[in-house]
Amino acid sequence: MKWEKQYVTVKLRHDKDGNIRPISVTLVEAGEEQTFEIDRLKQRCRAASTRVGGTGIRYTVMINGKETYLFHEFFENEGRWFMEMPVC
Amino acid sequence: MDRTILHIDMNNFYASMECMLDPSLRGKPVAVCGRTEERHGIVLAKNYEAKAYGVKTGDVNWEARQKCPDLVMVPPHYEEYIKYSKLARQIYADYSDQVEPFGMDEVWLDASGTSRLFGTGEQLADEIRERVKFELGLTVSVGVSFNKVFAKLGSDLKKPDATTVVPPESWRDIVWPLPVEDMLGVGRSTKKVMERYNIKTIGDLANTDPNILAYRLKSRAWQLVAFANGNDHSVVLHKDYVVPAKSVGHGITTLQDLETDQEVWNVMLELVQEVNRKLVEYKKKAGGVAIYIRDNELYTKQWQHKLELPIQAALSLAREAFTLFKRSYTWRHPIRSVTVSAIALSEESDPVQRTLFADNDRDEKLAKLDQTICWIRERFGKDAVRSASLLCDLKMDTNRVELQMPSGLTTMG
Ligand SMILES: [Mg+2]
Repeated sequence: MKWEKQYVTVKLRHDKDGNIRPISVTLVEAGEEQTFEIDRLKQRCRAASTRVGGTGIRYTVMINGKETYLFHEFFENEGRWFMEMPVC
Repeated sequence: MDRTILHIDMNNFYASMECMLDPSLRGKPVAVCGRTEERHGIVLAKNYEAKAYGVKTGDVNWEARQKCPDLVMVPPHYEEYIKYSKLARQIYADYSDQVEPFGMDEVWLDASGTSRLFGTGEQLADEIRERVKFELGLTVSVGVSFNKVFAKLGSDLKKPDATTVVPPESWRDIVWPLPVEDMLGVGRSTKKVMERYNIKTIGDLANTDPNILAYRLKSRAWQLVAFANGNDHSVVLHKDYVVPAKSVGHGITTLQDLETDQEVWNVMLELVQEVNRKLVEYKKKAGGVAIYIRDNELYTKQWQHKLELPIQAALSLAREAFTLFKRSYTWRHPIRSVTVSAIALSEESDPVQRTLFADNDRDEKLAKLDQTICWIRERFGKDAVRSASLLCDLKMDTNRVELQMPSGLTTMG
């Protein structure tokens, strides 16, 4: 399987304690923009992406019953979000 | 009590970074090269695959390509290197506040007294290696010992992604058989001196009378013999310690060779703007100037001289540098690169012994003028104010960013 880095739009919830939690992601699949709700957040840690390169705060999330990674390239208080997309 | 010191070295840092960022490069021979369209492009770093073809750091691009036709050449991404260097240091800082950088990809870490928290030095080293791999996708080699010199030796022994312990009980067995040039502080010229005395290994050095070496190495003889005997008591600096600048310089490889004094003067005049900007920023004065000239045969010469009074003034620096150049360079070959450095720095606020006949007021006015020029250039760009003589073709790209690598060398004494 080949993988590609895709930067995505993320809807976040900042709670009163300052924690952030991704609510949904908007990405382009087959040329079409689609938004997916995040059903569950399973884990959060800093990790490298072995599939597409780079590092970030890695959120292990459930989307449509499937487990996937969402990365926040958080560095010096800012950064984009990306996902590892399979390419055929 | 023995200290526990780790030396952590990121393996083939630039090349590993490129392979980490672009997985399609993995497994291929990769070299990070200076810009290929420019003639001074050289190999800055290579991965193990490229090394197997004999590609060396410093090879000219075409030379590397000749050795390895399938070589993938990529330009450096310094911002990314700096980012990952900082991220790695954040990991190290979880274990100690004494983390001293040595260049961009190496640090010493003092873990003395942390064994109840993090285990032995070796266990800590293994944990750090795993974290860097998992969190950053990069590998490091770690040396663990009771002083900085041996910790650094250790990190060189097994690569990549390995821990090497140089223990206080048996360090002689590990360290003494190693070639003397493996030891920190023994550079190319020191190695030559050692050769004259038939000192081949660190063990040979350890058993040499420093008085004999002192004739050539001066006080460093005692330091190096002490290092070879495991006597290095230098501390690992606090992570927030900033090494004071001992000199500030700026250099450039010109787009075309320089062939006349006038052209060199123009380039120097441009370079000193940046040198003086740094002096202003650091609030320093220059007690001397040094110039480094590389000709088109890639032969480098350097000269320096002391100034009568410490100065912070671009034009005066340029004049001093140019006088030194005229006095020293013989124009056997056209010039490829020029660097001007302000050396013997002192504080801007240090009192200065005035001389009776020098025009001190004029110097002060010039300094104020320079500070104003710096300010205008910072605010409105480098082209806002410029010397009239520099309106001609400079043969240099004035907007090029030259990256200053942090160096911890100065702390070794
Ligand atoms: Mg390294």
